[in-house]
Amino acid sequence: MSETVTALGGAHYAGYATITEQPARGMITLRGNLAEVAVKNAATGVAGVDMPDLRECHIVDQRGIAWMSPDELLVMVPHPEVASAVSTIQQTLSGLHSLVVDVSDARALFRIEGSGAREVLAKLCPVDLSPAAFGPGQIRRTRLGHVSAAFWMVDDSAFELVCFRSVAQYAFDLLKTAAEPGGEVGVF
Amino acid sequence: MLILTCPYCGVSGEETEFHGGGEAHLKRFGPGASEADFESYLFHRENPKGVHFERWRHVNGCGKWFIAARDTATLQVFGTYPAQTTEPPQEIRDKITAARPGWRWRDFA
Ligand SMILES: [Zn+2]
Repeated sequence: MSETVTALGGAHYAGYATITEQPARGMITLRGNLAEVAVKNAATGVAGVDMPDLRECHIVDQRGIAWMSPDELLVMVPHPEVASAVSTIQQTLSGLHSLVVDVSDARALFRIEGSGAREVLAKLCPVDLSPAAFGPGQIRRTRLGHVSAAFWMVDDSAFELVCFRSVAQYAFDLLKTAAEPGGEVGVF
Repeated sequence: MLILTCPYCGVSGEETEFHGGGEAHLKRFGPGASEADFESYLFHRENPKGVHFERWRHVNGCGKWFIAARDTATLQVFGTYPAQTTEPPQEIRDKITAARPGWRWRDFA
């Protein structure tokens, strides 16, 4: 088994929010008819969380399910389990029109944490990040600077954000610059 | 600023979260069509100051294609609806009529 290497080797920056690249996480793209019971069972079976509804993300530690589009889920499991989770999902969905792919290596995962976390993301994404508009349990896919990204909150002051691995350095640098002390706006 | 609401994921996003895909409701002419029809399908586009129908893709979001009815001059959006729609839904036409009585766009009114 080869050693898993993340895009930025766990890069970390402590500004008025902390930005930390996270260890590898098992991520599975599951496409199919989300209304189908088998699809729900396949996703919840390996993730161990409830099925998310429109624009929801249910996550507990390393396990979770994010609603990505009307026919797509992102299923998350601990990285060592990803291969077995993919085959479990495939078995559950055999004969059903669906797509199951391990995309763990295609992504970079960051944690943005602290009282400035909302503001750091609000500087970079065209999204209303006020507590009234966005909170734990939701996911938002959007634009982070010039690249696509998705984020959700794991608690009241911490976000997890995914982007393509090929733009990991760009995403980290953006987040880092936005979190530099002295750049506080204080809107939230 | 142009704010569009994706009919698939429900996000109301700012224009840069989306990508424009040109005029909507084009009638496709392929093999066997007359040269005039094929030329029109490829090249002839509306360029209105006012009511317009466009294809948009929620490129930084859920990835789906949809159609937006909007005013090109004021950026007022009358509504959005799924791309799998061959002509503007009545509800959208009614909204346009309320705001722009007597509007006409290609064969739609
Ligand atoms: Zn969308």
